[in-house]
Amino acid sequence: MRDISIIPLGAHPRDVLLIELKHGIERVLPVECTIHEIPLDIETAFDSSRRQYHSTLILAHLLQQTDLTAGRLLGITPFDLFVPVLTFVFGQAQVNNRTAVFSTFRLHNEFYGLPQSQEILAMRTLKEAVHELGHTYGLRHCQGRPCVMNSSTYVEDIDLKPPDFCLPCRTHLQSVL
Amino acid sequence: MSAFNPSEITIMIVDDEPSVRESLAAWFEDDGYVILTAQNAAEALQHMQNHTVDIILLDIKMPGMDGLALQDRIREFNTEVIIIIITAFATVDTAVRALKAGAFDYTTKPVDPDELSHLVRNAVEKIRLQRENRALRDSIDQLQFVDDIIGESAEMQKVLEMVRNVAPTDSSALILGESGTGKELIARAIHMNSRRRYFPLIPVNCGAIPESLLESELFGHEKGAFTGAQYRRKGKFEMSQGGTIFLDEIGTLSLKSQVDLLRVLEDREFHRIGGERTVKVDFRLICATNVNLEDEVKAGRFREDLYYRINVFTITIPPLRERRPDIPLLARYFVERHATAMTKVEPEISTEAMDVLLTHDWPGNVRELENALERAVVINKGDVIKPEDLPVQVGRETAGPRSSSLAEVEKDHIRHMLSDNNWNISRTAEQLGIDRVTLYNKIEKYGLKRPA
Repeated sequence: MRDISIIPLGAHPRDVLLIELKHGIERVLPVECTIHEIPLDIETAFDSSRRQYHSTLILAHLLQQTDLTAGRLLGITPFDLFVPVLTFVFGQAQVNNRTAVFSTFRLHNEFYGLPQSQEILAMRTLKEAVHELGHTYGLRHCQGRPCVMNSSTYVEDIDLKPPDFCLPCRTHLQSVL
Repeated sequence: MSAFNPSEITIMIVDDEPSVRESLAAWFEDDGYVILTAQNAAEALQHMQNHTVDIILLDIKMPGMDGLALQDRIREFNTEVIIIIITAFATVDTAVRALKAGAFDYTTKPVDPDELSHLVRNAVEKIRLQRENRALRDSIDQLQFVDDIIGESAEMQKVLEMVRNVAPTDSSALILGESGTGKELIARAIHMNSRRRYFPLIPVNCGAIPESLLESELFGHEKGAFTGAQYRRKGKFEMSQGGTIFLDEIGTLSLKSQVDLLRVLEDREFHRIGGERTVKVDFRLICATNVNLEDEVKAGRFREDLYYRINVFTITIPPLRERRPDIPLLARYFVERHATAMTKVEPEISTEAMDVLLTHDWPGNVRELENALERAVVINKGDVIKPEDLPVQVGRETAGPRSSSLAEVEKDHIRHMLSDNNWNISRTAEQLGIDRVTLYNKIEKYGLKRPA
């Protein structure tokens, strides 16, 4: 339960230092992270009309195509993700289950016409990873307090929230970890 | 909704595409909402029977009954549920039809996550306001002022019966009664038992407002209407929009003010002072007075046409001395109320003290009785109120020669109260239930002098 496998999907996310992400997650969560370079085929999740990947299908692939039977599986991809009814999602996770996936596609400053920033990208990547992992540990979106589990529909929402959990969310985590 | 709990909101997703149902369900479950899903109209209607649904996210194109038909069907039995249409096949025609039929909002698939969050947040805010509104109405409905008015005597029961009869009508009412008999309480009871109870009751004490200010007070004024009018101000008639205006001491109105009042009663519209725009108002009128208006009409001090307009339904509240059986009930009520407010143990009223209360004439009526008992609770040291705890003049007056007119009774009473309070004007005014200016006026009127 305390193991987290970081799995790059489709391609290595550009400019993202996976080692830095691994250490970042381990600072926030009492877990041990490993980076798994597993060649996973996610092309069946590609929707050619939308030119995006269906995140729910990727979650299913993660479970089916890996032989990792324990711990959380955290997919990271440079490709844009969607669920059918929404224009995009930053990420998706199975609540109280093993799998989560998130995309760095909309975390780059360049996506918004701004100058590249490695530092900002690294921080957004960490927050999204921790947020989706929080869902896998049973946490819902947190309201009313600064917390990494605050809902984000804009990239600015991600920038505004802290990379860590508020006290009630952390208390919940400690009870399950 | 500053501190709403999403788990108190149930969202139903109605869409024939499983992937849409699942992704929307997952999205809103992450926010903590309670989620129901339905793949067609029949399933949605089934959920509506078994659950309290707050928000419906509804697809238009579905096999069988489509979303718009389902919306019409739902609206036949539920007008409160919030329906948000989410469709892949958007046309202006369907959007207009959906919104005309009562949809809260309309959006197209795929929807931007931020837009979806906004739509649902707005819907939740509306639900919060609906719930708050319902709670406030319920709390108003529980205030049955008629039942709260104390009085088992036949005279008082007759008054309450009249209140119950007149309240549901929209007729003007005139409440007659001596000072302190509870005219405002009766006005409040009429208002609270009328269809206007969710709107304001605006009391105006015509006798307490100087003639020069009354017009502005009643009709409001525009900015710059006169020196000192720095802002536009609503008048009492405008404030009573939808509700009731209660004009106390109507008999003190000058003939000029009576003309103004008559006009607004006839036309239900007026101009603010300095204003050109006509302000329309919907209000119910309740007036009260302790003077004999018929005599005032005969003397030419009160307009006959105004008298007939306000005197549609008259309720006369008997003075306390004419309903002595109510005194023990009222006395115990006031003792309990003031002891609770002062966090004191509720004292008993001794038989001797009750005899004094029963034999006193109470020229100041229920207000005087309340003041006497409040004072008794304050100074009472033990657990029984004795005659000596009552104000000096209570009981003494009945022993001596009785004053012949109401004015003399009032003069005597004010003199006794001033003497009891060592001529402390504020305290005496408070105990008499009048303001300091009125007390000063009465001191001057009766030529009362502080003992050297």
